[in-house]
Amino acid sequence: MEENKKLELKKLAVQVRKGVIEGTYNAKSGHPGGSLSIADIITYLYFSEMNVNPEKPDCEDRDRFVLSKGHTAPALYAALALKGFFPFDLIKTLRKPDSILQGHPSMRYTPGVDMSTGSLGQGISAAVGMALGAKLKGKDFRVYTALGDGEIEEGQVWEAAMFAGNKKLDNLVAIVDYNKLQIDGSIDEVNSPYPIKEKFEAFGWNVIEICGHCFCEIEEAFEKAKACKGKPTCIVAETVKGKGVSFMEDQCDWHGTAPKAEQYEQAMAELDAALAELEA
Amino acid sequence: MADVIKCATRDAYGNALKELGSRDDILVLDADLAKATKTIAFKKEYPDKFIDCGIAEGNMMGIAAGLATTGYTVFASSFAMFAAGRAFEQVRNSIAYPKLNVKIGATHAGISVGEDGASHQCCEDIALMRSIPNMVIINPADDVEARQAVLAAAEHDGPVYMRFGRLAVPRVNGEDYKFEIGKGVTLREGKDVTIVASGLMVAEAIEAADRLGAEGIDARVINIHTIKPIDKDILVKAAKETGAIVTAEEHSIIGGLGGAVCEAISEEYPVPVIRLGVNDTFGKSGPALELLKIYGLDADNIVAKVKIALEAKNKIGK
Repeated sequence: MEENKKLELKKLAVQVRKGVIEGTYNAKSGHPGGSLSIADIITYLYFSEMNVNPEKPDCEDRDRFVLSKGHTAPALYAALALKGFFPFDLIKTLRKPDSILQGHPSMRYTPGVDMSTGSLGQGISAAVGMALGAKLKGKDFRVYTALGDGEIEEGQVWEAAMFAGNKKLDNLVAIVDYNKLQIDGSIDEVNSPYPIKEKFEAFGWNVIEICGHCFCEIEEAFEKAKACKGKPTCIVAETVKGKGVSFMEDQCDWHGTAPKAEQYEQAMAELDAALAELEA
Repeated sequence: MADVIKCATRDAYGNALKELGSRDDILVLDADLAKATKTIAFKKEYPDKFIDCGIAEGNMMGIAAGLATTGYTVFASSFAMFAAGRAFEQVRNSIAYPKLNVKIGATHAGISVGEDGASHQCCEDIALMRSIPNMVIINPADDVEARQAVLAAAEHDGPVYMRFGRLAVPRVNGEDYKFEIGKGVTLREGKDVTIVASGLMVAEAIEAADRLGAEGIDARVINIHTIKPIDKDILVKAAKETGAIVTAEEHSIIGGLGGAVCEAISEEYPVPVIRLGVNDTFGKSGPALELLKIYGLDADNIVAKVKIALEAKNKIGK
């Protein structure tokens, strides 16, 4: 990956993280931990990988993204805003009654949101349907979906995985945000979904393991996914929950807790410092 | 009665899908029950537009939703138990909340499933589906109505839940019948009492009205094929003009047609409403026709309920 591109993506990812903090702080609720862990992947999708146009959010030929781990909507909203689907300022209205930004993604409220999600396990099925729709229509758009590593405890994920493998949906990429934490603790303590790689392989998927915060590895994984024919691809992206805000990192308590004023100030100061460093 | 045509509404469903098959936007999904739901009729004619999702109803509803976002009108089929029961939350969150063009074809509804017994006799599906915003619910009385309901569902913008039966039921509608979503049908005029029926109970309601007529009781019969949105006007008019209502359905008395009629009437023009249906109990195995009698889902019981309704009406009159 070119250094300039990498630098731009890194800066955008910090902006996405600032949006996550801004949104959850103003909402006094929401899910910063998993939003911060998936932030780099979502940034890459919207600013390098996907063919989307904020002027034509419903364009039939666009690539689709389904945030199956819908509670991390703040990261998606920040990316969509930065991409130009709506003004970034609206992030401050997150979860408020008149806002277009619902607590979990709704395709009927928010331009750029391709599927309403939030109930875990359901997004991947819709993404599978979209990928199948592309095949049936002879369209070459691609479909991306992001799942939590806790989310894959839902049985529906494996129903969808079985179907996608059987139908050889090579236009589908599922990213597992492997941050190792869920609400009640670490994923292996709560109800271990391990082994993740072997499970998806057993369902007929091409599996790629990467660091979900390294843009070079992210790019390489999406390129490999495109080159893989006859199988859907699962990218198991090892991440850090709360990534980018020191006191939120690797803490499952930040799964669904909003920062208070002091924490907001500290988080924003850290992110501003990171941005200044990248801009220097 | 020997010349009455009998046909299961599930057969009409399969045949109507076949009629729709020439449309580019139509897809039919099933969950390993094509031979039973009768989507096989479509599959044979249009194998490329038929997708078997296997025994995974929740995933099928999600796939249907995803396909709908790409511009398809998707019919997703299973037994009522699994379409409305197992996949309830996928129907709510992935289909109804985003108001996607998915039409749920739910067959084998009610006690008349027969020998398979309680695990498969879904008498709660209307209650479940009725509680979901954006959902239209159609429970056709015969094959003529079922066919037209499927064609109307394909034209409707948004989700539709269609309830079909396994059992061959008598045809009550003529060839000139015109189905319209949300419009109840007065099959018999009457001034003493109104029988509001749905699904296979419509034929029983007509028979009950004939018998009541012989006793000098003038019963109106209304077919409510669309449980949601319900035709409030026809119900309020019946309440005003006849002063008592009996509802008849092959569904739990909780949350189905009876519940919907009570809700509509109590707010606008309260009159006694007696609900006939599955009496908050599970079904059991047996031949369908026998079971319908055992559970009181027949003309005899409608006649009995009408008499209770008339007593209640007279008490209020005094």
